[in-house]
Amino acid sequence: MSAGFVSRGFRGRRDPSVPSDRVPPGQYVVSDFPVLSAGPTPRTPLSKWSFTIRGEVERPVSWTWEEFRGLPAETVTADIHCVTKWSKLDTEWRGVSLDTLLDEVETEAEYALAFCDGGYTTNLPLEDLVDGRAWIAFEYDGAPLEPEHGGPARLLVPHVYFWKSAKWVRGLHLMQEDEPGFWESVGYHMYGDPWREQRYAGD
Amino acid sequence: MEGTALRRRLIWRLATLVDAIHETRDVRSLVFEVGDWSGHLPGQHVDVRLTAEDGYQAQRSYSIASAPADMSLQLTVESLRDGEVSPYLVDELSPGDQLELRGPVGGYFVWDGRSPSPLLLVAGGSGVVPLMSMLRHRAVSGRRVPARLLYSSHGPDDIIYRDELERMAAADPDLKVLHVLTRRQPPGWTGYARRIDGAMLAEVAWPPESEAEIFVCGPTALVEVVASGLRDLGHAPERIRTERFGPTGR
Repeated sequence: MSAGFVSRGFRGRRDPSVPSDRVPPGQYVVSDFPVLSAGPTPRTPLSKWSFTIRGEVERPVSWTWEEFRGLPAETVTADIHCVTKWSKLDTEWRGVSLDTLLDEVETEAEYALAFCDGGYTTNLPLEDLVDGRAWIAFEYDGAPLEPEHGGPARLLVPHVYFWKSAKWVRGLHLMQEDEPGFWESVGYHMYGDPWREQRYAGD
Repeated sequence: MEGTALRRRLIWRLATLVDAIHETRDVRSLVFEVGDWSGHLPGQHVDVRLTAEDGYQAQRSYSIASAPADMSLQLTVESLRDGEVSPYLVDELSPGDQLELRGPVGGYFVWDGRSPSPLLLVAGGSGVVPLMSMLRHRAVSGRRVPARLLYSSHGPDDIIYRDELERMAAADPDLKVLHVLTRRQPPGWTGYARRIDGAMLAEVAWPPESEAEIFVCGPTALVEVVASGLRDLGHAPERIRTERFGPTGR
């Protein structure tokens, strides 16, 4: 409809130090770390924390915080892209690969719904959570993950919009069929590929 | 609504600026005419897209300030230092100019006026914008549930919608507007003069039994204090809806 539209007098601010091939369409790079969440920040004591994989599995499996922290962890450097338009490059996390966790279950499921303290959920295809593309992160920038940013642990799936990287994650519910999570059921995209700018349903 | 319900695809629309109102030194309300606008719910936002001559584009999200029943769509924008889009919107865009926008976006931080519960609104700075849409909607709707707005600004000159809020509250015994001025207070100021804290929330909020619908919008630090303070007072977390801007305070 508005192809060729130009905003009178708008020049934009182009930062030559930002590699444009790392910034998806419609995004801009920030140096701080904005916080977005729909409700109060939950605070679960580590003694009551667990991570569970359940749903379409032969046997559900659960880890306490101690067991989880005993699993092999890795350092991940990734660019993250929030649907509210900011991107942050070279963020550094430490976490347990979901390959490690999913190795412990037998499943035919194709989708996962991540569930969290505070009631937040988000859906992802299971294939996006394997092959070294997703983690349960517990450190950011060398320090324990702060509650505002999802601590004690959050999902980290940097190749999709960051609302998929659920804060305060407590487990995965595996499913045969895709099912919308919290934002996905109020108009946000079911998959959320930032490079295809899949912000909202229908994008 | 079912999550799988068919939704209208959000397409980019041309919006024409018809009026602009200076609210404070850094804040301007922009009134647009938008062709074929589908309406919105109070609390929702739009995406704005600017395009430079060479095709470079920038997008940002802005909360809607107008009520759904208003003829035109109003956004209220604060010019951010080092901002790329907001200084253009606040200082450059003139009546007659156009921009592209799409929306409305957001289905959680919304108040449609159908709940009989009292409405508790807490704002910091330009976080008042989506809450103003709710208050404007409430003002023109037939049934007015009791409402309170606790609104924190740096100084008296930073209060957005000051006159309109005053008029609204004067004409409406069920609406209370409580200002907080954290940095500069005029002589004789009798309102709050400190950052919002638990004691202030206990004074302003209804008790949890009221099952008030709560909306909190502002900088991250304020939202954290308010949301956890209200939870500590016994308000159910699922009734505390938040929207934040800015980074963590480190």
